[in-house]
Amino acid sequence: MVAKLIIPIFILIIIFYGLIKKIDIYESFLTGVKEGLVTVYNICPSIIAMVFAVNIFLNSNFLENIFSFLNPLLLKLNIPIDIIPMALLRPISGTASLSIMNDIFSKYGPDSFAGLLSSTIQGSTDTTIYVLALYYGSVRISKIKHTLINGLFADLVGIITSFIVVYLLFC
Amino acid sequence: MVAIIWSFLIIVGIGFSMISGKSISLSDTVLLSANDGVKMVMDLLPIIILWTGIMKIAEESGLLQKISNLLYPLLSKLFPSVPKNNDALGYIASNIAANAMGLGSAATPFGLKAMNELQKINEKKDTASEAMITFIVLNTSGVTIVPTTTIALRLMHGSTNPESIIISSIIATVCASIAGLLFDYYIRRKKHGS
Repeated sequence: MVAKLIIPIFILIIIFYGLIKKIDIYESFLTGVKEGLVTVYNICPSIIAMVFAVNIFLNSNFLENIFSFLNPLLLKLNIPIDIIPMALLRPISGTASLSIMNDIFSKYGPDSFAGLLSSTIQGSTDTTIYVLALYYGSVRISKIKHTLINGLFADLVGIITSFIVVYLLFC
Repeated sequence: MVAIIWSFLIIVGIGFSMISGKSISLSDTVLLSANDGVKMVMDLLPIIILWTGIMKIAEESGLLQKISNLLYPLLSKLFPSVPKNNDALGYIASNIAANAMGLGSAATPFGLKAMNELQKINEKKDTASEAMITFIVLNTSGVTIVPTTTIALRLMHGSTNPESIIISSIIATVCASIAGLLFDYYIRRKKHGS
């Protein structure tokens, strides 16, 4: 409930502060909207390009197949097999990992070990590839140095930590 | 670099679909993906223009600068290359705050503005600056205190305690962020050392 009030209050504070400082807030708003339109114009090509590539990649089920050799190990550890594709897809597509989480919830229940683990993985990180394409695309940067490896490394740590924390907290 | 990621996804995707006999659905996927891309942009459009409008008021009234000055001691450690009083710091602070509160949709416009400001002080316009990398790493690990979508889905599936995953999520996301920042810090130190 409190979270629902944060945005309106935040907007109110900004408006009041603008009025106190006697700036033309309406004109500022219009300038900002215009800048926003330019931003959207700038990010449009990179988002369309990335969604195109990610969709083709997801369609192939490449990751699920490549990592299927892990399945016997998972069975031994009593970890549902669906967790692995979900964890692997998390940095690539938010919607893909979300829909796998949804399947896990229907199959095992949200309060099962798999349910808790997938919820935690979902919250542990953001969609790295999408963030990269969006932010770098908006300012037309093509040389991203170590950003990708760095982001994926953070994702990996997040996923491993999720396993450990869910084991410790709920088992 | 982006080109490599992009072509990797496409080549592996098409190649593997053909090998595994999924090429029938492939042509539909290709045709529909432009649709999905445009839809994503259209979903972002209203939120972005609304917030860039509101935040422009905060910027021109000096409120944003006040926020960034307040957080400067903390942010200057993470972003040593960004000068004090730079609007980028205010947008970075707003982005982190919005992300943390689970207002992901509001965080994106702040982040885009932050990138815009960082690009202004970037020397090589086609290459990511150190501050940009740190900022994006922080965003990819996504410090979320309240994962609202996950909680809503858990509730929908009849969880007895949908919020139970908040603590485990916070621990995981904080660990991921710290790991990401340390990795970035290590690479930066190595570069400056040599």
